[in-house]
Amino acid sequence: MLSQLRTIWTILKHTFSRNETVQYPEEMPYLAPRYRGRIILTRDPDGEERCVACNLCAVACPVDCIALQKTETDGGRWYPEFFRINFSRCIMCGMCEEACPTYAIQLTPDFELCEYDRPNMVYEKEHLLIDGPGKYPDYSFWHVAGKAITGKDKGTAENEKPPVQVRSLLP
Amino acid sequence: MTTINIDGSDYEVAAGENLLKAALSHHQDLPYFCWHPSLGSVGACRQCAVVQYQNPEDTRGRLVMACMTPVVDGMRVSVKAPNAVGFRAGVIEWLMENHPHDCPVCEEGGECHLQDMTVMTGHTSRRYRGQKRTFENQYLGPFLNHEMNRCITCYRCVRYYRDYAGGTDLQALGSRDRMYFGRFEDGVLDNIFAGNLVEVCPTGVFTDKPFSRTYTRKWDLQSAPSVCQGCSAGCNIFASERYGKLKRVHNRYHKDINGYFLCDRGRFGSSFVNSDLRLRQAGVRIEADLFQQVSIEAATQHLRDLADSGDVVGIGSPRASLEDNFALMSLVGEANFSCGMNDVEAAMMDQIFDLYAKTPDAVATITALERADVTLVFGDDPMNAAPRVALAIRQAARNVHFDMAVQAGVPTWQDAGVRGHAQHALSPLYIATPLPTGLDDVARQTSHAAPADLAVLGLQIADQIASPPSDDAEGFVANIARDLLAAQHPTCVCGTASAEPAVMQAFAAIITALIKAGRKPQMLCTSAEVNSFGVRRFAGLSLQGALDRMQQGSNAMVLQNDLYRREIPAMVSAALAGAGRVLVLDSFETATANAADIVLPVTTYAEHTGTVVNCEGRAQRAYQVFEAEGQDIQPAWRWLSDFEHIDDVLHACAALPAFEGLEAVSPEAGYRTATNSRVPRATHRFSGRTAATAHVSVHEPKTSVDTDTPFSFSMEGENTGQAGALIPYVWSPGWNSNQSLFKFQQEVGGSLTGGEPGVRLGFAPSKSSADGSASSRTKPATGEVNLIPHPQTFGSDELSSLVGAIVERCAPPTLWLNPDDARALGLSSRDGATWPDAKTTYLVQLSDQVTPGNALASVGVGTGQSVLPRDAVTLIKDSAFTPPPDLIARG
Repeated sequence: MLSQLRTIWTILKHTFSRNETVQYPEEMPYLAPRYRGRIILTRDPDGEERCVACNLCAVACPVDCIALQKTETDGGRWYPEFFRINFSRCIMCGMCEEACPTYAIQLTPDFELCEYDRPNMVYEKEHLLIDGPGKYPDYSFWHVAGKAITGKDKGTAENEKPPVQVRSLLP
Repeated sequence: MTTINIDGSDYEVAAGENLLKAALSHHQDLPYFCWHPSLGSVGACRQCAVVQYQNPEDTRGRLVMACMTPVVDGMRVSVKAPNAVGFRAGVIEWLMENHPHDCPVCEEGGECHLQDMTVMTGHTSRRYRGQKRTFENQYLGPFLNHEMNRCITCYRCVRYYRDYAGGTDLQALGSRDRMYFGRFEDGVLDNIFAGNLVEVCPTGVFTDKPFSRTYTRKWDLQSAPSVCQGCSAGCNIFASERYGKLKRVHNRYHKDINGYFLCDRGRFGSSFVNSDLRLRQAGVRIEADLFQQVSIEAATQHLRDLADSGDVVGIGSPRASLEDNFALMSLVGEANFSCGMNDVEAAMMDQIFDLYAKTPDAVATITALERADVTLVFGDDPMNAAPRVALAIRQAARNVHFDMAVQAGVPTWQDAGVRGHAQHALSPLYIATPLPTGLDDVARQTSHAAPADLAVLGLQIADQIASPPSDDAEGFVANIARDLLAAQHPTCVCGTASAEPAVMQAFAAIITALIKAGRKPQMLCTSAEVNSFGVRRFAGLSLQGALDRMQQGSNAMVLQNDLYRREIPAMVSAALAGAGRVLVLDSFETATANAADIVLPVTTYAEHTGTVVNCEGRAQRAYQVFEAEGQDIQPAWRWLSDFEHIDDVLHACAALPAFEGLEAVSPEAGYRTATNSRVPRATHRFSGRTAATAHVSVHEPKTSVDTDTPFSFSMEGENTGQAGALIPYVWSPGWNSNQSLFKFQQEVGGSLTGGEPGVRLGFAPSKSSADGSASSRTKPATGEVNLIPHPQTFGSDELSSLVGAIVERCAPPTLWLNPDDARALGLSSRDGATWPDAKTTYLVQLSDQVTPGNALASVGVGTGQSVLPRDAVTLIKDSAFTPPPDLIARG
């Protein structure tokens, strides 16, 4: 008897507590910037594509849902000719972001990826590439790498000496 | 054998070896850089340090460089001793001080020896905070990228390029930490073995330029063991694919053929598979210049109708596999089948077969040529015909170094010591060819003359061998005869490129004379194409006979053969015009295919499994790498026969007496590894499987089941412990680079753990009665010259010439003339010359090495013709000709 009364009391008490249900989608939940949702490709501070098509995201991906092909600009920058993520396979694990040496691939707090047709879940580079640097506003891989590209000659990257004068005989 | 103790375990190792090689032969993980199995030890990089203990009581030991330490019976060493581990880590840390932050944009990344060694020694973060040293790069030609920042100064590149391959234009330049490995100025690396730098360089200084353009990481490549299609040497290659394109070719070790190195024609020319000229649909001619696409069924019906017509000739090809040729021969009947070589080449092949059949023990393997103490190169420049053979001959010239080293008590692997002691001493190498060769720099004596004169010279050598010259006799012939008779392994190399049967006859006379004199000679004869030594085993019509029958109205089936490359164009045109219906099966649009009534697309070596026979008579299997794009493309044997599996074709072919023992060529489709698995074509970390084709269909396709081979089209299976012929790529835990090869070898530089791929077939005397003793050439009239074909390393081979990078490396069409002849004709150096019916104007080069009355003409790319007129021609000056710039120029 006591137990039943207590149960009724508990339930009635909830009538006055705050509602936990969020009225999604009218009301959007807060998601941290580091939340692992839809994947994007970012640009470096100069506005150029960050991805150098090194393939490390693809090899880190446990479900093998990233495929790309390297190509090169006349100036020597490596970039992906195509970059494809099959989101119908993606498990949002973030291993690609962790593997990326250029901060190009990043996960965002957008998780709303529902589609009626599976083929629409296949994102190409045009769907992935955004216009900004994402979570890392300052990093530019090409300013650290030793390979020369147009606008960045040998010896002008961070922490580099000017190119060696091979013909020098000085000790 | 010697017993040594490494970290408490006893190992049996070969006496006199160095400790590094001994440790690697027992599959120990010992880091190294500057050492290479083919280059020996110099102790430059200090990476292979181990601790050696004085005696059983010694607990402290001392650091030694394993590559410079000879093994001694009972020696005790430690790879894992803390001070050795610490020393190696220190060396790596210091090598990495200046290494750029390049791995993501480096073509070596993922298969980099430096990466592997860095991980192996445990170096993870750069403590040094100073600035990094940088270098400018150089343009090195269409084959190689140069990225000097990545260099770790191991000296392997110059040691390979200069000491091993005989190149002169790559140097170690500069001083102290400014060491620079490059040319004295930008320009094409002119050695034709430069491509091996890609594999020799332990990091990414020299990388594969064509591969880099559409780069794919090693772990993403789908690979299979294959055989290079560039010449008759039959070098073993790993051919690798991604996204339906053949991406790159790497060396696949074979103890008796290519060892650790390939030539550039093979390495960079094998991607002809991706040519824009590929045929992808079956077509039937409906108008003069119009083909209509037809289905496989309709095309097969056309083929059946032709086969049933009762009057059809089949023309096979030395660039098609045995299975394909066999299927055609079975379909048309032996009496109607021609091997597809022109009659001169076929006659020379018959002479080789007769010679090989008569003296089977004398047929050398390619690496056996390296052990020759006296070598005669006769009639044909191997640098052009079969470049890998020339590289082996170059090593033979150094053999005296090792004899001198042994006498002086220097271990033969002590590279600097051996070279320093021997200085410029060279083993006798004699060269008798129409023009100077790329081996002349290591030759003791050379003689350059027209093929007909070389034949005479050869007979003189044979005579001198039969009646040995006196010790004081001088001259080319006497020296050769004396040295060959005195040699332990007298070695003679010839080839078919001179298109002069008399040359081969003279060569046979030399070998026969040596055997009569009680010597044990080694010999090797090369031909231009990958399967010349296989297809010539099929009896049948001569090409002339086949063309005659076509001209009289017979139907014809032509298998992977451009007849315009075989015979005089007018003759071929007449045959094609006179023939009934002509069916061509080919992978490429050729002049012959364009003249056909029915064209059927067939797969290339990378898209089917096929067997080819190399110049030593070794049958080898080139396995399918990937599935051809295009629904209509199938292997020629599928078009031509009802066999279900490739092994069935092989068995039927092996039933012919000429192919006895062929079944043993490689394991059959049912072969499985010890764990009952297939061998995977893809690496275990193959990426992108659920995205690669998602743009076409989001449903992943079912992996194709390979019913023809023991390989899988996926990463499923086991890439260890299989037969030697079934290694699709080399990889071992911790060893991602090609240096992991030693894990697949019984001992470093020895046999593969699973045995050597391929099987050597016997030779039977040919049935032809052609007498090649007399030269077919007559002396030209005044004002005329005999044209002699002079094949080039790049451009004369049909298949590799479909590749852009190879075409970039081709020399312009060139005519080499004797200065006296040129003066009489009013021609001077760098003029343009042509003759009636010639397709282009040739650049004139003068050389007093050309026998008067002869002109050597390059064939292939740019010349528009591969067969030169057999009668003497009158040369005409082309005054409108502007000479092209020099080849070795900045790009």
